Amino acid sequence: MKENTIATLRARFIAGEYTPAAAVQAALDCIKEKDGEIHAFLDVYEDALLAAADATKQYKEKGKDTPPLLGMPIALKNNILMKGKHVTAASKMLEHYTAIYDATIVQRLTEAGAIVVGATNMDEFAMGGSTENSAFGPTKNPHDTTRVPGGSSGGSAAAVAMGAVPVAIGTDTGGSIRQPASYCGLVGFKPTYGAVSRYGLIAMGSSLDQAGPLTNSVTDAELVHDTMAGIDSMDATTIAPDTYPEVPLKEHYTFGVPRHFLADGVDEGVLQAFEAHIARLEAAGHTVVDISLPLFEKGLAAYYVVMPAEVSSNLARYDGIRYGHSAPADDLLGVYEKSRAEGFGKEVKRRILLGTYVLSSGYYDAYYGKAELVRKKMREELATTFETVDIILTPTAPTPAFKLGEKEDPLAMYRQDIFTVPVNLAGVPALSFPMGTVEEEGKQLPVGVQYIGPLGGDKRLFAIGKTIYDTTI
Amino acid sequence: MLHHMKREEITHLATLSRIRLSEEELTNLEKELSSIVSYVSVVSDIAADDAMATPKVGARYNIFRKDEITNKSDYYTSDILREAPCIEGRYLAVKKILETGE
Repeated sequence: MKENTIATLRARFIAGEYTPAAAVQAALDCIKEKDGEIHAFLDVYEDALLAAADATKQYKEKGKDTPPLLGMPIALKNNILMKGKHVTAASKMLEHYTAIYDATIVQRLTEAGAIVVGATNMDEFAMGGSTENSAFGPTKNPHDTTRVPGGSSGGSAAAVAMGAVPVAIGTDTGGSIRQPASYCGLVGFKPTYGAVSRYGLIAMGSSLDQAGPLTNSVTDAELVHDTMAGIDSMDATTIAPDTYPEVPLKEHYTFGVPRHFLADGVDEGVLQAFEAHIARLEAAGHTVVDISLPLFEKGLAAYYVVMPAEVSSNLARYDGIRYGHSAPADDLLGVYEKSRAEGFGKEVKRRILLGTYVLSSGYYDAYYGKAELVRKKMREELATTFETVDIILTPTAPTPAFKLGEKEDPLAMYRQDIFTVPVNLAGVPALSFPMGTVEEEGKQLPVGVQYIGPLGGDKRLFAIGKTIYDTTI
Repeated sequence: MLHHMKREEITHLATLSRIRLSEEELTNLEKELSSIVSYVSVVSDIAADDAMATPKVGARYNIFRKDEITNKSDYYTSDILREAPCIEGRYLAVKKILETGE
């Protein structure tokens, strides 16, 4: 069992051989030692030591009769509100913004005893796949500091990969938990849309966004997800346990591989690791079949219509009047235009303009209307596919982590998410975990495999993930 | 399908989006948005055979709560006002938008 897992820490806390006070101190020490180079954190909370002292006391008094996450040091992506803390979305727009309430997931995690030790870096407003779009400088991949950790939850991934915390929370709009998990050798989970409340997350694409864990084991990911999940009166899109038909657990599953989708643009090393993973599944008694998903393959194009449309609407609220960056100007329009010009970075502006374009009169039907239609048909395609297969299998990303500054062209960056974005469009759950490594320039770079389940099939992914991955760590 | 975005189009989008853009930004966006829009326009081909169908977007059922006030009066007010760049008393201050006649 890996050292830095919740399961291990919990057992040691209960046995009295290690304490939350020591664990939180170790987290802070690790950040002090390594984060100068990695830059996973935007903010570190020294006051976590107070909560840690209290948690230590509780373990002494009550042992295992304590909440399941008591004393676990965790980190939050900096687009998740925590009352009284700076929540910036890694944007100059919100550089000095202080959250006035807790996100539902923060409330649930802290009620379960988790101790937040810091806020992690990200692509500005969660837009990007490398964390290079942060207004406060990029994060580096702990496996190779010349490379990106992925994004947009790259700070959360690096925080776990460098050993600071056993779990960090990310958000996933088109792959922003799973892709960094793949690049950093971690487990990352994107739940069924609506499984986890979005109340208190800084909105990007409201029909796509979900929060989820980045961890060292599937067991931990499940525990943290279960703590955060469930219906919330503050988010009307949260789902009840019976919203979708029950997805049964099985001893042996049928996996579907969209072969045609993998034919182009996937790194040779990633393909080798993927084939080896398929061989492992077959050796374990599972069935692997070829499937065809022509609409799923076009997901990236539909995504870059739907997502910017939602971005342009959601980010209209940053106007320099109520909160966030405000630039002085002669008239009201000038305040809007200058505040937004100064507050937003390159990629954010690009997506707002693109969204404005696809929603504007004369183009709405050709782009947004059509993209939503593709999305509907893609859901039907998946529903049909899940009648014959239990889980869809792809690599999480087409390559291992790339070099900082390597992807200057926006479209080249977007293509890193080709396997992950259709999952958000369809609303289905997906789990990524390490399937091996690829050697580049003498360094072993981790690569992840993605298990996609039917709507409401979150438990199935955790169950198979524990059998396949947790038994190897 | 190649789609070239004209500079005037981008200037117009910037006005709609309330973002002031520099000349350099306009030049870059002309190239970048053209290539992105060309890429995404495959969506119109994919769904061409289904042009009359209306996509179902968003929630499939309504969620209601009781029509009653759940916040305590003034509970968040001072915290919210503290975030505002410019206030007068309990109000957000903005630039004048109406001319007053002499």
